[in-house]
Amino acid sequence: MNGYDFFIDPSRCIGCKACMQACMECDTHRGRSMIHLEFVDRSASTQTSPVVCMHCEDPTCARVCPADAIKQTEDGIVHSSLKPRCIGCSNCVLACPFGVPHYVAQIDQMMKCDMCFDRTSIGKKPMCATVCPSQALYFGSTEDVERMRVERPINEFKFGNQTVRTKVHLMSSPATDQLDFDVMSFMPGEDQVPDITEFVVWGG
Amino acid sequence: MAILTLDEKSLIEKYGPSLNYEPHGGWTEQKDCTLVKTHCCFCGVQCGIQLKVHDNKVVGFEPWEEFPVNKGMLCPKGVKRYLQNEHPDRLLSPLVRSHDGFREATWDEALNRTVDAIRRIQNQYGRDAFAMLGGASMTNEKAYLIGKFARVALRTANIDYNGRLCMVSAGAANKMAFGVDRAANPWSDIPLAKAVIISGANIGECFPILTDYIWRARDNGAKIIVIDPRMTPIARTADLFLPVRPGRDSALANGILHVMVERGWIDREFIDEHTHGFEAVKEVVAKYDPRYTEKITGVPAASIVKAAEIWGPAETSMLLHARGVEHQSKGVENVLTYINLVLATGRIGKPGSGYGTITGQGNGQGGREHGQRCNQLPGARDIENPEHRKFIADFWRVAESEIPHTGLTAVEIFDAIETGDIKGLLSISFNPLVSIPDANRTRAGLNKLEFFGVIDFFLSETARHADVVLAGSLQEEDEGTVTTGEGRCVRLNKSVTPPGNARVDWEILTDLATRLGQKEYFPYLIANDIFRELAAASKGGSADYSGMTYEKIEKNMGVFWPCPSYTHPGTPRLFEGGKFHHPDGKAKFHGFEYRPPSEDVDAEYPIFFTTGRVVSQYLSGNQTRRIGPLVDQYPEPLCEMHPLLAAKLGIADGDMVLVSTRRGEMRVPAQIVKTIRPDTVFIPYHWPGKKSANLLTKRALDPISKIPDYKVCACRVEKASL
Repeated sequence: MNGYDFFIDPSRCIGCKACMQACMECDTHRGRSMIHLEFVDRSASTQTSPVVCMHCEDPTCARVCPADAIKQTEDGIVHSSLKPRCIGCSNCVLACPFGVPHYVAQIDQMMKCDMCFDRTSIGKKPMCATVCPSQALYFGSTEDVERMRVERPINEFKFGNQTVRTKVHLMSSPATDQLDFDVMSFMPGEDQVPDITEFVVWGG
Repeated sequence: MAILTLDEKSLIEKYGPSLNYEPHGGWTEQKDCTLVKTHCCFCGVQCGIQLKVHDNKVVGFEPWEEFPVNKGMLCPKGVKRYLQNEHPDRLLSPLVRSHDGFREATWDEALNRTVDAIRRIQNQYGRDAFAMLGGASMTNEKAYLIGKFARVALRTANIDYNGRLCMVSAGAANKMAFGVDRAANPWSDIPLAKAVIISGANIGECFPILTDYIWRARDNGAKIIVIDPRMTPIARTADLFLPVRPGRDSALANGILHVMVERGWIDREFIDEHTHGFEAVKEVVAKYDPRYTEKITGVPAASIVKAAEIWGPAETSMLLHARGVEHQSKGVENVLTYINLVLATGRIGKPGSGYGTITGQGNGQGGREHGQRCNQLPGARDIENPEHRKFIADFWRVAESEIPHTGLTAVEIFDAIETGDIKGLLSISFNPLVSIPDANRTRAGLNKLEFFGVIDFFLSETARHADVVLAGSLQEEDEGTVTTGEGRCVRLNKSVTPPGNARVDWEILTDLATRLGQKEYFPYLIANDIFRELAAASKGGSADYSGMTYEKIEKNMGVFWPCPSYTHPGTPRLFEGGKFHHPDGKAKFHGFEYRPPSEDVDAEYPIFFTTGRVVSQYLSGNQTRRIGPLVDQYPEPLCEMHPLLAAKLGIADGDMVLVSTRRGEMRVPAQIVKTIRPDTVFIPYHWPGKKSANLLTKRALDPISKIPDYKVCACRVEKASL
């Protein structure tokens, strides 16, 4: 879809995994999701992070591939490894700065998100961004995203000396100082833990 | 006798739950598929979805981006719902109890056995000794039919539904405050609000699609206040999070109103012109100053003031709540104290300003309007109102005296089974063994029944106790309408016909009515015959559908009631111009002093116990525990607890813990998280047997609505011995 871009905003993510469940449904994925979503640290927070391929302008995964199995098409989409070429070495898995590619042992091949090439090439939105209930995964025009949202899109990332520019944008929260996740921070004091050895009157 | 004649392992082998992972025919691209525009069956948002149908089988889905509510968005349950089709556990034939479980039966045998049992029990013990239970996941057509079937064919007073476990407290409170039971605003008003209070509503997990509405409100400058004992996914980034102590909701609302009164953030003109009862409420909240409220609620005084500062002077606002405040033996009081916050500001009946309870079941709204409640007749009419009785009696062409009066509510029906007052039960769309509090008592009750008949598509844990199981239909195997949480009546299209010898639910009911000798009252040939009748029956009632037709609903992608004539466009927003539905057109304030929950913590049981849902499961799990990818996402219940509590108890993450209450106990792995109050533990309720959170909950009922207390009781937690 011309003029449309992909925007990821983890601050909106509710961790429901509709994106992954929908990704599995693609006929060619055969029940396997090409994207992933994880809790950042469930013990501390409900924060989750959806990971789709960032589709780098100069994809590290393709550069490190010894078999030249990862191809980028003219529209900037970086595809899964080509089956006849992929040797299953997992160089791409290790090299990707965003942790995107997965090696699938059952088929001895690296598979990853291709931004729903089958859908976008016929004018549809990618499946994950279509179903995402929080629109943490958003597919639309840059003008719309800038008009509707306070967060700002970023698509340039520095990893040491390497600067990576990506087709997919990450939404960056404006001026967030600090987010506290421990419920204790929202309570009056430390005396809220029930004393299990002696009677405590809760709530007068 | 409804005692199991087959052990649990063998029952699971034969009837599941087993896990379905792939569409029928595997992951091959199906050519010649048709897409049927319909709605998801899981939750009151009723997202539009297109089911992919091949050769009379549902094999997948496509988002339906044109449907205005969800615009293609779906949660994981919606994405995977099609895997309930062509499921190996599906009941394909009627079953009757045998010495070793069940055997398949013909429809004649199964229906005749059911009718014989109904006649025998009613002749021997009286009509009301046979009860009926319905459900709020069914269409409006079935909700109406079940109410009529119970009153006209069974002629029992004891007809109620599983919505009694859901949001009846909000419904009762809405009627008391506004004179009508419906969310006041369409969801499209949420993004226009500048302040949003979300109390006891885990929107991200229970109504995921509405998350986008909340985020859009924030994009437009709204401040979001989330009130919950747990930091749910939407609470994580809220502007203000109030971690209320379980069972203290009404005190918190009183505390916020106290500050608003003190600071003058009330709309005097609106209160004088459009409401009654404010002065009494003002007196009640006088003592709920922030310090006093902090002491009761466990919410810091400064946060209570901050909530009032956000809510009080806001230009527009929406207040949303769900089961957190409703699922309590003080459910009605909690809801009414929150409604006071809305009425005091006058911000209702306007774009971006209003109020709503978010219904949890597929047809949580419509399921409670058409007469399957023990105290209600079609059109949300009152069964004890002589005019309402006469209208429906004339409409049904029966004598007014023949319509039974108010019967027992769902939980009371189980109490009456226990006491022996009810001997027979017919249940549809309900899995009480998993969903009713104090599951050990529910099981004992089922075993006492002289006859138990079930209409279902899978053999639920409850249905295992049945004498006769009538193989019914999934939502996609029938057509009809449902009414969403915003009051929008939407159209369900039939995707496929029921498999094997299974039949459409309403045909089973009309067949039973015929065999009970009441054929003339149930002359339906198609679902639309029932819809036309329920729409006509609702004319002049509170929930007026009389101007709706299938064509109109489909063309407009839903019509909001009241819709009293064919030219009427429907009513997305209620109370415009401050006109409420009480006879005098005014809304009513109700003041309540805070009172403790029916069971509070004490030295013996010092920790609060609360329950709820996870995003990948729906209600008692009869459908979603059979869908592999959903089960994998959250396979079994965990007990959430704060690290401070865990440290005191010597429990590490993943340890098996024993959680016990005065009703029962369960072993469950601990999940140690900072996202819950340290005085509270949480276990989701979707599982049966030894994994059922309702082994622990208490059958304490709200005095007005008879909703049980799922959200607060007292428990003990210890590391389980190996």
